[in-house]
Amino acid sequence: MKFAGRHRVVVLLVVLALVGVAAWALWPAPPPLDRLDTEIAVVDGPDDDQNVVLDATYFAPDGGGKAPAVLLAHGFGGSKQSVREPAERLAREGYAVLTWSARGFGRSTGEIALNSPDYEVKDVKQLLDWLAERPEVRLDAAGDPRVGIAGGSYGGAIALLAAAYDQRIDAIVPQITWHDLSDALFPNAVVDDDVEDGVGKARTGVFKRMWAGLFFSRGGAPTGAQDGADERSGLAALGGSARSPRPLNEQEAACGRFLPEICAMYQSVATTGEATPEAVERLRRSSPVSVPGRIKIPTLLLQGQRDSLFPLDHADANARAVAATGAPVQVAWFDGGHDGGDGEIDWTHDRTLAWFDHWLKRDGGSGIPGSGFEVTRDGGRDPGTRRPVLLHAGADGYPGLGGSGQSTVLLSGPDQNVASPPGGSPAVVSSVPGFGGLLGNGNLSVSVDVPGQSASFDSAPLTGPLQVTGSPTISVRVHGGGETGEVTLFAKLQDVAGGTQPPTLPEGLVSPVKISVPAEKDEEDGGTTVTIRLPAIDHRFDAGHRLRVTLSTTDLGYAMPATPSVHRIGLASQTLTLPTVAALRTPAAGPAWWTWALPAAALVLAAGILLAGRRRTQDIVDPASAEVPLRISGLTKAYRNGELAVDDLSFRVERGQVLGLLGPNGAGKTTTMRMLLGLIHPDAGEIHVFGRRVTPGAPVLSRLGSFVEGPGFLPHLSGRANLELYWRATGRPAGDARMAEALEIAGLGAALDRAVRTYSQGMRQRLAIAQAMLGLPDLLVLDEPTNGLDPPQIREMRRVLIRYAEGGRTVIVSSHLLAEVEQTCDHVVVMHRGRLVTTGPVSDLLAGAAKDNGSTRRLEDVFLTLIGDHS
Amino acid sequence: MTERTETHGSPAPGYAARHTLPLSVEIVRQFRRRRTLVMFGLLLALPWVLVIAFKVGTGTTGQNTLRLSDLATESALNFAAFALSVSVGFLLVVAVGLFCGDTVASEASWSSLRYLLAAPVPRSRLLRQKLIVALGYSAAAVISLPLMALLAGTVAFGWDDIQVPITGEIIPAAAALPRFGIVIGYALVSQLVVASVAFLLSTTTDSPLGAVGGAVGLVIVSNILQAVEALGVLREFLPTFWNSAWLDALAPELEWGGMLKGASVSVTYSVILLALAFRRFRRKDIVS
Repeated sequence: MKFAGRHRVVVLLVVLALVGVAAWALWPAPPPLDRLDTEIAVVDGPDDDQNVVLDATYFAPDGGGKAPAVLLAHGFGGSKQSVREPAERLAREGYAVLTWSARGFGRSTGEIALNSPDYEVKDVKQLLDWLAERPEVRLDAAGDPRVGIAGGSYGGAIALLAAAYDQRIDAIVPQITWHDLSDALFPNAVVDDDVEDGVGKARTGVFKRMWAGLFFSRGGAPTGAQDGADERSGLAALGGSARSPRPLNEQEAACGRFLPEICAMYQSVATTGEATPEAVERLRRSSPVSVPGRIKIPTLLLQGQRDSLFPLDHADANARAVAATGAPVQVAWFDGGHDGGDGEIDWTHDRTLAWFDHWLKRDGGSGIPGSGFEVTRDGGRDPGTRRPVLLHAGADGYPGLGGSGQSTVLLSGPDQNVASPPGGSPAVVSSVPGFGGLLGNGNLSVSVDVPGQSASFDSAPLTGPLQVTGSPTISVRVHGGGETGEVTLFAKLQDVAGGTQPPTLPEGLVSPVKISVPAEKDEEDGGTTVTIRLPAIDHRFDAGHRLRVTLSTTDLGYAMPATPSVHRIGLASQTLTLPTVAALRTPAAGPAWWTWALPAAALVLAAGILLAGRRRTQDIVDPASAEVPLRISGLTKAYRNGELAVDDLSFRVERGQVLGLLGPNGAGKTTTMRMLLGLIHPDAGEIHVFGRRVTPGAPVLSRLGSFVEGPGFLPHLSGRANLELYWRATGRPAGDARMAEALEIAGLGAALDRAVRTYSQGMRQRLAIAQAMLGLPDLLVLDEPTNGLDPPQIREMRRVLIRYAEGGRTVIVSSHLLAEVEQTCDHVVVMHRGRLVTTGPVSDLLAGAAKDNGSTRRLEDVFLTLIGDHS
Repeated sequence: MTERTETHGSPAPGYAARHTLPLSVEIVRQFRRRRTLVMFGLLLALPWVLVIAFKVGTGTTGQNTLRLSDLATESALNFAAFALSVSVGFLLVVAVGLFCGDTVASEASWSSLRYLLAAPVPRSRLLRQKLIVALGYSAAAVISLPLMALLAGTVAFGWDDIQVPITGEIIPAAAALPRFGIVIGYALVSQLVVASVAFLLSTTTDSPLGAVGGAVGLVIVSNILQAVEALGVLREFLPTFWNSAWLDALAPELEWGGMLKGASVSVTYSVILLALAFRRFRRKDIVS
């Protein structure tokens, strides 16, 4: 029965496992999306006379019906293939998604016009026309689809620009993109009193040489396999554009797929490192800065914190431009950008989806999802994986780069001379465009400074932690403009932990400044004073750390003056102004629900396990047999294989008897004794000791001394310690043990204090019998007690047992030696193959046998007759 | 030998189930065992071995790395944290597995189990007393190592403030000491799973080494599964997944989340495993 039960559990487990594996393997894969690869012909150009064929893929919404549409734009150097995965995700969420390769990219024809209103923007308008014809797309009016645009970088800018030029667009999610491309390529972080703070200043700054080169090279010569090149991975793009299926003509080699005007413009500025007014004009036409007040739709701006190409101030300017029209804007700074970082693909997807769900599916209204301003922060490490954990801190409104509050830290340091090296080399390395990921992510950004090229000003160690969110400002005075009267500097704010650690440069960002220091001014009033906007960051300066503002003359990523010069730099004001946003709060992620639920459920389950298996054993007292040391009735026990070890055994032992349990090996004697001690459970039948039914651990067993199947001692303890600890384990008073009498029976002498592991078999045997006699139990059960004893000891043992029973106690001795039983016992129970053969006084047995046969026989002969073995 | 009068089936005079196998007896029974002494000797010697290793080894690793091992010689607390981190994954698992896995199985292998049960010590009481003592020894093992490491670290490297790994921040020693208590407390809780598995195996097998090995094997398998990132969030429910969550207690800001989850998983497994152990043992036929 038990065997079968165990079997059933195993079978059940195996079946469950198989079902699980099968379900996992056969779980229906989501049905393939209804996908249409197509070519959409558009007409664009300033005069609407250029025919371009756009390579597009349309994903019908999963679930059917009329659904809002989303245009997914790819990044620079990419194609419609780069956004295939996010497009499929959105389509599964029930959007009609259109992806296309912008003109000049992928398999689309035409030339790159840098998101020009005359070219790319007109293309998007015609894509909207195409969408409005699709039967699955929900329309706001005839020819006006319900549509949003999302995209990163180049694709983010087209989202913003298209929103400005086409009123049919309902919501946009631009990511890591620019507000003013001329500022992105020629940044100048000088705070100019004439111009509104932020991007969009009149004066252009330092040429972002390396990024510009990379940016333009990605629009390079057509290659056979541009599909899949991803804007975010600089290495992939660089590698992908190296091969070409056919020799390039002169124009292609020089300009790739750029519009010739743009190519010429780039070649001019890249050569001189100076922006021409025409270049600035052209770059701004391709930027949201040129369309103030025209983006009037809900806009979610996702900008990367690790982005030296389009830093956070571009999102800031975009946010202010959109907010000025009264349209809802949210800004999030996530851990990503053109310099690497986590990327947070899932989080940006979720955020984009929530935005479109609200504005496209649910028609807007109150309850805008997400926070007005959200910042991804370092949440330490996951305790299990030891990987960085990202937390998203949110605040209701976006306060801008100036923060909602300000904190000031005093800097100090003398005026310092710094040199601009000839040709701008060697240069400080703060970040390497396109390779950001290789330099390490997170907060471990380190800037490699060159001696003699930088001036540093330190604060005192912070007394408490300081969380900076936004763009800090500092005022410095610069002397020595040299011949040109212009000084190029790179300002950065570093976190100095002290000790052995190098200072960290948060996100690897620097603020380039171009300051004019006219020679005459230099002489007269002690140089030029400028206020510098340091890079916008979200960074926690810990207590005990110092803040260090460093101004260096070089940075690898930028164009620098070729002529050598020396400048003197000092603090114009000691005050470093640091923006803070106290309202940013990380949602208190309380412990997961299962933290409490699991242990509670386990307790319930454990209680179930313990209660369900409980056997109700009633303690039935049989007063009639209270004086009977042992009464066995109907006792049955089967081996695991079903064979009966004890089969319907019944007998009774009276007080004062020395009973022999007699039978050949395997007769079931030991099994009976184990059941008698409550060690194994009988399958049927009962055992009563002094009128109490025997169950495992029944208290009445305390009146029973036992020696079953060999001794059991702790080998590392002495014989005496073993007996003493055994007696203490019974919990009975030490005085009741009769230790001396028991030890006398053991007769071990000095060996008593040796470890049991040194004992011979016979010594252990005697010690075990002594242990059985501890406390002089009323019923003594001995299994083969004379095994391993020598003849004198056997004789002594016999004597002991007979005397033991004389005091009214009862002894049960099992044996397969008939002579043994004959000489020791007055009663005998004969067992064979688990069954009772006979029981009664030894004398009766002998007498009966004698009667049968006519001659006095030994017990052995009787026994052999009884078990039917005459061999 | 004296005469005695019996009443109706009552137990022997002075016998009461609740007095059987007192804790003091079980503690003595286990303490004199060689493996107990060897294990404690090893745990108490390890910090000194590490001290010698750090003193002998002069090779400096990367100067600016701030791993736990690089900071070990900064202060006694750093050293103790390091000692704990290198032993929590395996040595302490073996120690706890040994004390909890050996306790019943060794009695079975010596055959002394049947005499205890026939004494009689009621089965659930025997298991309870053994569990308490085994957990006590396990706790002593887990606690003795970091305490000895503190002592050895103080002697060798001085009693200084603790330097936090990765960020390199300094926490005053006085403030770090309670944190250290949390670390030890969490190490205890997280070893509960090992203890319970070993104990369950101990009640089902007669081979002490089988029980210990089974528990250690489970930890190894769990560690391997933990490395399979494809399992995703399921890994959070592996018994060893949160074993290093105590590092959060040494972070500049005390973070409870991981340790709470770890404690939750650990307690969940142990409660069920121990219930199974009691159920099995209650119904088991003792044939050893």
